[in-house]
Amino acid sequence: MIIGKVSGAIHSTINHQFYEGKRLLVVDYLDKKGEPTGEYVIAIDTVDAGAGETVLLIDEGNSARQIVGDSMAPLRSIIVGIIDDIHCE
Amino acid sequence: MHLGRIMGTLTPCVVYKGLEGMPMLIVQPLDKLCQKKGNPFIAVDPIRMCGKDELVYYESSREAALACDPWFVPVDHAVIGIVDDVNLIKMDENQRIEEVK
Repeated sequence: MIIGKVSGAIHSTINHQFYEGKRLLVVDYLDKKGEPTGEYVIAIDTVDAGAGETVLLIDEGNSARQIVGDSMAPLRSIIVGIIDDIHCE
Repeated sequence: MHLGRIMGTLTPCVVYKGLEGMPMLIVQPLDKLCQKKGNPFIAVDPIRMCGKDELVYYESSREAALACDPWFVPVDHAVIGIVDDVNLIKMDENQRIEEVK
């Protein structure tokens, strides 16, 4: 799992049928100190995260498909938690 | 998924079984501010709606093949949808949200 920060949303009307009605968020990857690494990913949201929030992200296909309960979904990145605080030496 | 810009189309004359009639596009990967990042690649278009210069989002690796019908095809990038709007924020020094375009 990866730490990320939601930096915005993407709107799309013409898309694959699985993505009908799904929220798509732009998530910046963070390092352990909370600094952006420069990488980003577009992920679907399961926890009602909003822009500016630090989130927990899965970027692995089988785990993501297990969460949405659809073994044929063309899906890899999914937000599974909202992070309150990170303590790291 | 990442953002990409359609640069053109590609028409193969012979393809592997299962890929007949599947549109193929040349896609330039972009960063979140829609600036070019990396080298272009070929992606299939299972939604069959994409045209040149369109802003899209694409999926890579095995998930790309799952977007196709039939799904067990040799594909490593697939366009999933057309982007209408990218709405980004940025934090100022007081951690307040500023909108950027």
